[in-house]
Amino acid sequence: MAAGGRRREQGVSAAPQLKVADLTKAFGGLLAVNQISFDVRRGEILGLLGPNGSGKTTLLNLVSGAMLPTRGTVSLDGRVLTGLAPHRIARAGVSRTFQLVRMLPSLSALENVMVGAVFGPGRVWGGEAEAIGRALLERVGLAGRESLHPAAMTYIDQKRVELARALAGDPQVLLLDEWLAGLNPTELQTGIALIESLHAEGRTVVMVEHVMDAIRSLCDRCVVMNAGAKLAEGTAEEVLSNPEVIRAYLGDEHA
Amino acid sequence: MLTVIVVTSLLLGGAYALMAMGLTLQYGVARILNLSTGETLVGAAFASFWLFTAAKLSPLLTLLVVVPAAFVLNWLIYRYLLTPLVRRAKNRGMLEADSILATFGLLFVMQGLMLAGFGGNYYSYSYLAQPVTLFDHTFGLNRLVAFAIAAAVALGLYLGLSHTRQGMAIRAVAVNPLAAGLVAIDVPRTAGFAFALGGALTACGGSLLSMFLTFNASMGVVFTMKALIIVIMGGVGDIRGAVIAALLLALVETMVASLIDPGLTLAATFLLFVLTLLFRPQGIMGKRA
Amino acid sequence: MIFSMQRREVATMAAAAAALAVLAGLPLADDGFWLALGISIASYVAMATAWALFSGPTNYVSLATAAFFGSGAYVVSALAESAPWPVILIAAAAVGALLAFAVGVATLRLSGVHFVIFTFGLAELIRQLVTWYQTTVTGSVGRYIFVEISAAQIYWQLLALCGLTFFIGWAIARSRLGFALRVIGDDETVAAHSGINTAQCKVLLFCISGTLIALVGAVMAPRFTYIEPSIAYGSMVSFQVVIMALLGGARRLWGPLVGVLPFTLLYELISGRFPNHTHLLLGIAFLLIVYFVPQGVSGLLVKAWNRMPWRRAAAAGSKA
Repeated sequence: MAAGGRRREQGVSAAPQLKVADLTKAFGGLLAVNQISFDVRRGEILGLLGPNGSGKTTLLNLVSGAMLPTRGTVSLDGRVLTGLAPHRIARAGVSRTFQLVRMLPSLSALENVMVGAVFGPGRVWGGEAEAIGRALLERVGLAGRESLHPAAMTYIDQKRVELARALAGDPQVLLLDEWLAGLNPTELQTGIALIESLHAEGRTVVMVEHVMDAIRSLCDRCVVMNAGAKLAEGTAEEVLSNPEVIRAYLGDEHA
Repeated sequence: MLTVIVVTSLLLGGAYALMAMGLTLQYGVARILNLSTGETLVGAAFASFWLFTAAKLSPLLTLLVVVPAAFVLNWLIYRYLLTPLVRRAKNRGMLEADSILATFGLLFVMQGLMLAGFGGNYYSYSYLAQPVTLFDHTFGLNRLVAFAIAAAVALGLYLGLSHTRQGMAIRAVAVNPLAAGLVAIDVPRTAGFAFALGGALTACGGSLLSMFLTFNASMGVVFTMKALIIVIMGGVGDIRGAVIAALLLALVETMVASLIDPGLTLAATFLLFVLTLLFRPQGIMGKRA
Repeated sequence: MIFSMQRREVATMAAAAAALAVLAGLPLADDGFWLALGISIASYVAMATAWALFSGPTNYVSLATAAFFGSGAYVVSALAESAPWPVILIAAAAVGALLAFAVGVATLRLSGVHFVIFTFGLAELIRQLVTWYQTTVTGSVGRYIFVEISAAQIYWQLLALCGLTFFIGWAIARSRLGFALRVIGDDETVAAHSGINTAQCKVLLFCISGTLIALVGAVMAPRFTYIEPSIAYGSMVSFQVVIMALLGGARRLWGPLVGVLPFTLLYELISGRFPNHTHLLLGIAFLLIVYFVPQGVSGLLVKAWNRMPWRRAAAAGSKA
């Protein structure tokens, strides 16, 4: 449980928390996201898979408000988020990390994390924000490095800080864009354990991911995209053995 | 009345279009927001004035001197003053801030030199000032000639950009300097060429304006303002947009000046600017992102 | 660590208060040249610091200083005979805030370039509008300002404004707004996705900056005795303030202060000896700053300070 956070019920509930309906984004004639619909239940980890260029990051950008969809809606607990500015969506309880890690270079590790607590849904200030920041840095394994600046950190440590920043506002839904990409095998195990602990505390997570081990061990359900459209939906085992999915990833001869 | 307004603004719009095309090349391709563009224009006007009064050279012939000189001067400015800033900038925002400040410096240096040379007085000269009747109204022949030259230069530029190798390179750098570099376009050279060409167009506009407008050494800022607003209205880097916006601005300006009050022309251009910012920040020809 | 007031901050504040008290004694020593110079410097310190409050963290070059300054001065000319001085100041502050709000809402949602262009022509626009209003509605362009106020009183009010500006800058740095600005300065996308309303922050900051500059204009207005649009809205002040703030360094609260002193002295010297070359001086100053001191003199000072032997030892000690 994140410091200062609300209590959550354990396990996955049946009610959809995040609802994506008929979401479409056209760039000129190209449909980057094409009529995508799916639900994310409370406390669930949903994997968003698909080959490169299939529209996963665009979908996350639509959910987090970085882009406006051409059509369709995203709603959180029944409240429509589509059309809101990114800062409103963040305050409503949807926080995200970025595909290429984005640190705030002039802020220390602690201050980077505090940004999430101060401006996110929690909107705390002062000693309380600092306490949340310290607790989260400890949780992601960076206790004692509070005053380090991003330039002096390794890639995995920067990713840890970014995750802590996204968690600091105690979000309803966490969007992870290839958070595990680029980690070595040891770091990967640490990373998987960290996301597993989010699952255990009942946090809802949508993760764009390519690392198959992580998908199998973490995701309750997966949505697979290809060329902007939804190709398959189901448990990790189901979608990964789906011939359509294999064809999309590897080509015809493997199906 | 309406005919007079439309024709007058069209004739004025020709020179405006040249200056705006110059700025849109400098900003859209070379990525330098040149705030001394008005001083380039006024400088060319003074050069024409000086060549006409001292050397008795016809303003049409001075174009052949002033425009190449402006090209060379602007190339040198880009090469030696601005290239270090381009190299130093870590991102587009930094280059923007640096180039704004550096061109402020140029603005004041050029203005200071012109003030030193000509003082703060207003200047004009009389060339081809005979009346010509058009649609039952009289207009100065100098305005008609200036417009014809501006139209020819604008058309030439448009064809050059769309049909030559160098033109295609310029358009490629305007869209994406990084990708242009990957397909073996010499980006720094192309940007320098675009900056120099932009300066030459602005100077051409200034020489043409000097044939029928009164000018002084500290007027550049007003022209810079107009050029900036036209470029934003037309969409940065968009030649056709710049021409349309220039004509629109000249029309609104002439209407306000002749129907309401000549003291409100800047207010009119600002109104256009605010409307653009509120409703089409990407420019009248631009696509909504 | 950024929330509790540290002993060093208390010491800095005490030193600043003491410095203001000493400076306040200037009119007792001289009421001629030096007081005039003091007034000039105090007004530029207040304006350059207020300018940097907004333009430092956002990197948006504002050229609206003349517009705020002139509007503040014009409020005085309009109300001088009908309202008491404090009411006039409040009205000037309100006009500055409203003007900044209108400009901010129109341009700060967009990129910095739109903002620069807008402020570039703003003073000239307002000058035209005021001239037009005065010629068509009131009938006369110029106005005399008769306010019972001495040069010493103007000087003290400017000193108070300098103190207020520094205090506001200090308070912002400790507030949520200040924290948000640091995030925006680093990465605007991260700021928005972390829940920061970036446009609102910028507009708010621009309003604070514009209000302070309008107040300087109001306090300075009685110095003019006769006011007309081309005097009040002279665009040079916009550029001078930018140069001073950049020369000192806009990223530190005390930066502009460092830039105002040398530049004001140099400008007084040049405009006295070679009145026709002030433009050239401004131009060369801009170029020199951009190419040789992009971080401002305060940046150089901090660098030099950190290279001092005792600082190096301290840095090594804290790392170990």
